[in-house]
Amino acid sequence: MKKISLLLAVVLLLSTMLFGCGDNSSDKPTLYVYNVGTYIDKSVNDMFEEEFDCNVVYETYDSNESMYLKVVNATSDYDVIFPSDYMLEKMIKEELVLPLNHENIPNMANIREELLGGSFDENNTYGVPYFYGTVGILYNTQTVKEPVDSWGILWDEKYADDILMYDSQRDSLGIALKYLGYSMNTRNKDEVLKAQAALIQQKPMIVGYFTDSVMDMMIGEEASLAVVYSGDAVYCMSENENLAYAVPKEGSNVWIDCMAIPKTSKQKELAEAYINFMCRDDIAMLNTQEVMYSSANKNLEADLREEDWSDNDAYFVPQEVLDRCEFFNDLGDFLPVFAEAWETVKASK
Amino acid sequence: MMKFLKKFYIYIVLIFLYAPVFVMAVYSFNESRTSKKWGGFSLKWYESLFHNEEILSALYYTLIVAAVACIVSTIVGTISAIGIYSMSGKVKSLMLNVNYLPVINPDIVTGISMMLLFGFCSIRQGFFTMLIAHITFCIPYVVLSVLPKLNQMDKHLVEAAMDLGATPAYTLRKIVIPEILPGILTGALMAFTLSIDDFVISFFSTGSGVSNLSIYVYSAAKRGISPEINALSTLMILTVSVLLAIVNFGSNKKSQEKGDR
Repeated sequence: MKKISLLLAVVLLLSTMLFGCGDNSSDKPTLYVYNVGTYIDKSVNDMFEEEFDCNVVYETYDSNESMYLKVVNATSDYDVIFPSDYMLEKMIKEELVLPLNHENIPNMANIREELLGGSFDENNTYGVPYFYGTVGILYNTQTVKEPVDSWGILWDEKYADDILMYDSQRDSLGIALKYLGYSMNTRNKDEVLKAQAALIQQKPMIVGYFTDSVMDMMIGEEASLAVVYSGDAVYCMSENENLAYAVPKEGSNVWIDCMAIPKTSKQKELAEAYINFMCRDDIAMLNTQEVMYSSANKNLEADLREEDWSDNDAYFVPQEVLDRCEFFNDLGDFLPVFAEAWETVKASK
Repeated sequence: MMKFLKKFYIYIVLIFLYAPVFVMAVYSFNESRTSKKWGGFSLKWYESLFHNEEILSALYYTLIVAAVACIVSTIVGTISAIGIYSMSGKVKSLMLNVNYLPVINPDIVTGISMMLLFGFCSIRQGFFTMLIAHITFCIPYVVLSVLPKLNQMDKHLVEAAMDLGATPAYTLRKIVIPEILPGILTGALMAFTLSIDDFVISFFSTGSGVSNLSIYVYSAAKRGISPEINALSTLMILTVSVLLAIVNFGSNKKSQEKGDR
């Protein structure tokens, strides 16, 4: 008994000794930044603090959905959030984000034009693109000798037990819809049911549905084909040179993660300054080198083409690929149809 | 043969318990970021761990919240257990059921309702709200580990003490508490580990830049967890093992000395 109490006491003592109470309160304005985990070069926040003489309080979340919940309930005075396109659309509809004053964000001129004016936020009134990418097939060139240009390869018996699917409702059903020649944003129940049937038919052939473990499995060459986000593909390809990435000819999803100001903000001008700062060339460079996702900043291409990890079509999504891809739209009241189809797929053998 | 099976069984159990920890520790020395490739021995993740302010501040909040939640919930839980023990009839069973409810309730329900409550009272979320949430969900576990010890205690001990002139407070201090101490300590340990473990409730009850280790790990999972976390976990396990070794060594010596006398 004494042992345990001694142990607890020592742990407590150590923990207080090691750190001491932080929390530097001062009169400086405080900016609350709420971002996805590991989606930034952290030194950027220090640079911003110095340049604008303020405190940046940085917090992370794991998914758009949990961020949404925290913002809806106004749990903190968040100033800058990083929603994906479909989530931004939803938050605009529900008036959870504030319109931006573009005069305070002149660096928006650095953003690749093709990424502006997406259907989810037509005049970029609410969001400024941060990172973007596509969904495609990561494959091992040693085992897959034929050209990978169609989603159909994921239904090819030859690669039975060699395919990793992505465990996400919109992505997986979207792939099946595209394979069948429909839109990923379909509002037609029959089409969704056909996609559901295709996924059920495919299921015995795949290793399984995964999320982050896909990257390690592909680097370790445990499978030949996997559905991944282009940014993750860039990282995998930098770790294993046998891997290559392709966006099928039927088209795919293009996604943009944006920066926006939620209605919980109490420092709107400083938040706009932060967004402007993130669009600056040197800052965008730091971020993309850390995260390895495609930066929305168009001025980095010359420098990044010189580097091994980024000189490829997975990082620099070509115009013709963008043209055949579509954004996810907020499904609104059609969402239950997708959800039910997805549950049926997941429950089938 | 039987002997072999017995040994085999215990080894299998030990392997399943410790192999994952061992693998994690080995990969914390991996030069490469992925666990599928051995890039050579390196201490770089340990180095970057101590420069990663986000992880260090998460560790700080994890330990502080766990320690404070452990102490407060142990005190409150023990007092409540003694109170419930001396109740009877319907009130007692009502109290017991009220106590069970948070234990049976899924974490996500507790977490969301905490968030809604704080929102309703317009309390800004941060360190304080996370601490309150942790204390709240730890209390029932302390009560549940103290109550059996109270039931095991000989009732006549208390009566005898009072008969012999001890005041209630003195009886509590000298008779009841020592009798139920093992239960209190189990409860305290449970509270400490539960608090360190918890993700769901923490996520929904925190804000203003305060996050603990589990929130950090879950948020980072989207892009693959950095081996810095392996390094941190290895250090934590090492610390705990060393502390346990010291404590055990110390008490062995003491009991030996006692035996010599």
